Amino acid sequence: MEKGKGIMGSGRRWAVDFSDNSTAPSSRDIPDPPGFARASVDQDDSTVSRQKKDAESNWKTQKAWEVAQAPFKNLLMMGFMMWMAGNTVHLFSIGITFSALWQPISALQGVGKVFEPYKDNKVDLLGPKLLFIALNLGGLALGVWKLNTLGLLPTHASDWVSSLPPAQEVEYSGGGIPL
Amino acid sequence: MAIRSFFLFILFFSSSLSPVFSLYEDQVGLMDWHQQYIGKVKQAVFSSQRAGRKRVVVSTEENVIASLDLRHGEIFWRHLLGADDVIDGIDIGLGKYVITLSSGGSILRSWNLPDGQMVWESSLQGPKHSKSFLLVPTNLKFDKDNVLVVFSNGRLHAISCIDGEVLWKKDFEAESFEVQQVILPPGSDLIHVVGFAALSQFEMYQINAKNGELLKHESASFSSGFSGQVSLVSTETVVALDSTGSILLTISFQDGKISSQQTPISNLVEDSLGPAVIIPSSVSGIFAIKTDAVTIFIRVIGKGNLEVVEKTTHEIAVSDALSISEDQQAFALIQHASSEIHLTVKLAHDWDGNLLKESVKMDRQRGLVHKVFINNYIRTDRSYGFRVLIVMEDHSLLLLQQGEIVWSREDGLASIIDVTTSELPVERDGVSVAKVEHNLFEWLKGHMLKLKGTLMLASPEDMAAIQSMRLKSSEKSKMTRDHNGFRKLLIVLTRAGKLFALHTGDGRIVWSYLLRSLHKSEACQSPIGLNLYQWQVPHHHAMDENPSVLVVSRCGPSSDTSGVLSFVDTYTGKELSSLSLDHAVVQVIPLPYTDSTEQRLHLLIDADKHAHLYPKTSGALSIFKREFSNIYWYSVEDQNGIIKGHALKCKCTGEVADEFCFDTRDLWSVVFPSESEKTIATVTRKLNEVVHTQAKVVADQDVMYKYISRNLLFVATVAPKGSGEIGSVTPEESWLVAYLIDTVTGRILHRVTHHGSQGPVHAVFSENWVVYHYFNLRAHRYEMSVIEIYDQSRADNKDVWKLVLGKHNLTSPISLFSRPEVITKSQSYFFTHSLKAIAVTSTAKGITSKQLLLGTIGDQVLALDKRFLDPRRTVNPTQLEKEEGIIPLTESLPIIPQSYVTHALRVEGLRGIITVPAKLESTTLVFAHGVDLFFTQLAPSRTYDSLTEDFSYALLLITIVALVAAIFVTWRLSERKELQEKWR
Repeated sequence: MEKGKGIMGSGRRWAVDFSDNSTAPSSRDIPDPPGFARASVDQDDSTVSRQKKDAESNWKTQKAWEVAQAPFKNLLMMGFMMWMAGNTVHLFSIGITFSALWQPISALQGVGKVFEPYKDNKVDLLGPKLLFIALNLGGLALGVWKLNTLGLLPTHASDWVSSLPPAQEVEYSGGGIPL
Repeated sequence: MAIRSFFLFILFFSSSLSPVFSLYEDQVGLMDWHQQYIGKVKQAVFSSQRAGRKRVVVSTEENVIASLDLRHGEIFWRHLLGADDVIDGIDIGLGKYVITLSSGGSILRSWNLPDGQMVWESSLQGPKHSKSFLLVPTNLKFDKDNVLVVFSNGRLHAISCIDGEVLWKKDFEAESFEVQQVILPPGSDLIHVVGFAALSQFEMYQINAKNGELLKHESASFSSGFSGQVSLVSTETVVALDSTGSILLTISFQDGKISSQQTPISNLVEDSLGPAVIIPSSVSGIFAIKTDAVTIFIRVIGKGNLEVVEKTTHEIAVSDALSISEDQQAFALIQHASSEIHLTVKLAHDWDGNLLKESVKMDRQRGLVHKVFINNYIRTDRSYGFRVLIVMEDHSLLLLQQGEIVWSREDGLASIIDVTTSELPVERDGVSVAKVEHNLFEWLKGHMLKLKGTLMLASPEDMAAIQSMRLKSSEKSKMTRDHNGFRKLLIVLTRAGKLFALHTGDGRIVWSYLLRSLHKSEACQSPIGLNLYQWQVPHHHAMDENPSVLVVSRCGPSSDTSGVLSFVDTYTGKELSSLSLDHAVVQVIPLPYTDSTEQRLHLLIDADKHAHLYPKTSGALSIFKREFSNIYWYSVEDQNGIIKGHALKCKCTGEVADEFCFDTRDLWSVVFPSESEKTIATVTRKLNEVVHTQAKVVADQDVMYKYISRNLLFVATVAPKGSGEIGSVTPEESWLVAYLIDTVTGRILHRVTHHGSQGPVHAVFSENWVVYHYFNLRAHRYEMSVIEIYDQSRADNKDVWKLVLGKHNLTSPISLFSRPEVITKSQSYFFTHSLKAIAVTSTAKGITSKQLLLGTIGDQVLALDKRFLDPRRTVNPTQLEKEEGIIPLTESLPIIPQSYVTHALRVEGLRGIITVPAKLESTTLVFAHGVDLFFTQLAPSRTYDSLTEDFSYALLLITIVALVAAIFVTWRLSERKELQEKWR
């Protein structure tokens, strides 16, 4: 999830909003300077700012989709790693499998955070989010599948009876050759 | 679940990667100990070498000849002859050869005295069986060659001492002639052979020692007959008892003329004593007779005049005569007095004068003196000093000199009958039996040395010091329980009727106790110890009680003599109580139930097939009543070839009302056809064996259910013709049949015939498999077979959801009367060694893989992984099977030299191997006993649950310290860097 993190990480620590849309001067403590007519400026810039906003929301949607698709690459890489690790249990394959299980889980836990930068009234995040979740679930399934191929999932009868104590016998008999 | 399978995988890996369980040279003696013994001494001969170390040559009842250091009692050399090669006599010839006569007088051997190498061996044949005598005359020469005179198998031989060549021989073929004495009068060339013929005839033969020519044959008849042995009182006079044991016959044959005199014992002593026996002695002029209560010493004066010199009611032992000068003979006499023994040395012709009189304090646990051997030495003031070697009732050997015990050997431990174990006391303040004191300085020094060792700075001397410190580690010989359960007490019962408690840490004797119930008494004529059982093993609700063992013994060799039970506390070694039973003990069945004080219930079966319950308490009875209908027992009558099953019926009828006695009824019987089968071996599972699981996971995650039953009996029978020695029959006439019999219902679960095979069969039964060892006549090789039993009726329990939800009946109690569907798998392999014993490792939870412990004919213990005896082995196992750990099938079982448990040592005369689980699951304790004792710890799958002894703690410590330091340094560095960043 480097991408998502990257976006969040380079995220804005602070921001100055130059496009002040407020029309009521009373909302500010400081009175407008003499000769400054707010309304006229607004009217002037309204088309420009709308265009800007549209561009930004477009950009956000695009980015959100990009972020949502990011796990797919991950998935491919994981698949390749798993194929490389083989089907025998050793440190490497166990490590790969567990990271393949852990990454989707941690990503799913942080779904909200990943898409926070793109939160906007106009941007519809449901699609990207669903895709993101689906892809991560796919990754999880891949991990589980790998776990199973490694034989670490208790899906066989042998896994449930391997430590079953022997049944008690009702009768008891002793004896042998006379002393 | 994943964790468990992961754990199992680790287990599997650790076991598959290390099939070899060898140890390094410096690990010898860390966990194992070895003790050498010789057994009860029968005869001792002192070497009269002037130079060199003083030694004594002994022969023992364990068929050992050994040369012992007279100063310390250590063994110089030792030879164990075969079990059927009983030693009849030993002597020293020419001062440098030890001559032994064995196997009923048919094998004569000469050994080099200094190093015990065999010089020569002669086989002596004869017309008939007879007593055998070995005489080594000092003055009888034959072409510069010293001659040995041997009488054996009805033939007199003269044999060269140098090369064992028979110089001449003379047969005594008279049908009924029974030789009693062979006499070599000193300074003459005559040999007198005296004996009885036809019960009442006294015969005397005079033979020329030079050529074996018969010079004279005289006989005289005595109407009253003879009984017992004769005692030689001079070279021409013997004393015998008549058949009633009440009249003494003094027979002299001076100059070949037999003359005799009869003296009733009642003439010598006033009060009547009952029948007497002669105690054989070689002291001239004096002999001793013994009745039930008294021992009487009688002197022979002149020609047949008898005179009582001493009458004593004490237990007494007399040595043979020792000639200290030309005409003087000395002998030693030992009398018991409460806690002391009195040693007197007298001259043969002077009863009243004592050369020596000493009193020695003697441990009561050693019992009576059985044998005395006397030896003299010349003191610095040129007077004679005497030392005596005594053999005690508990078979121990002691050397007494100057009123002190110079050394003692616990040779009773050479003949162990039964072994059991006991836990040590839990560590509590003031409870520990032997405190191990630590000197702070010593402790510091030890750790400095160890540190030097790990840093590789130690010099060779330091290394030696470290090694000896490791060996003498006080930790392993503490008298308290440890976490790993390595420290235990081995309770052993010896043939002498003595119990020893050996510490598993270093093999020392913690306590010993000569069982009072095994003393001879009027009610119990010849008591013999039979078996040891764990009577009370407190662990849950009887923590404050000491554990105890049950010793079952019997008043005689036949099975219908009454039994004796003794209960011995294993912490203190004191007898808690003893019970003289009014019934015989034919079988002892420990039941799997304990009463409220953790006493195990035992069922004793007597000769009339009544079952007696012990302990006789109402609590035990109520437990027993509850399980009454579920208790069965079986008897193997190996003479008749019948195995019978019995059930309990009701309270004993007819006899005295005893609510602890129960009648039994026959339930089933398996009769082997006597013309084709003879039972030679039976084996069952150990009662205390723990099995971890009933399922066996095979390749491809499949499950096989083991058929685990405590009530399975393995029986091996052979063709009656083939029950003799190997090679005595042709393969066509010989076969071996192996049975698996359910002992509750008598159902034969499996039967397999090995054609062309022969016993002896050694078998071991564990979990669901049995491994047995026998001889294959066709292949001329030993073979080992394995049979594994699986329960087919459980095989369809494969629905995972049912198993997950626990909706299965795999663990519910089962009755053996429900018909089991079993399948067996078996396989056979060749094996190089012939075996003396076989055992299997047992661990606390039964998880660890198993190893077979084979006592080889070379008296070593070999560990063989059970995986080699897996009936699922194939020549080309699939990948999955290989992963499971299946070894490709080979024709014979491998013998890996590193897997000898006994490494370079030998457990001479190996008889049994006992395995005891430690608390640590990976480890099992192994005790092998024979004439020697050996103890070690084994980890069949390596110690996966603890760090090994050679784990480098120093390295671990250094790593931790380095890591902590690195963390601190990097932390500081990063802090500084951050600060700089902020200022930028």
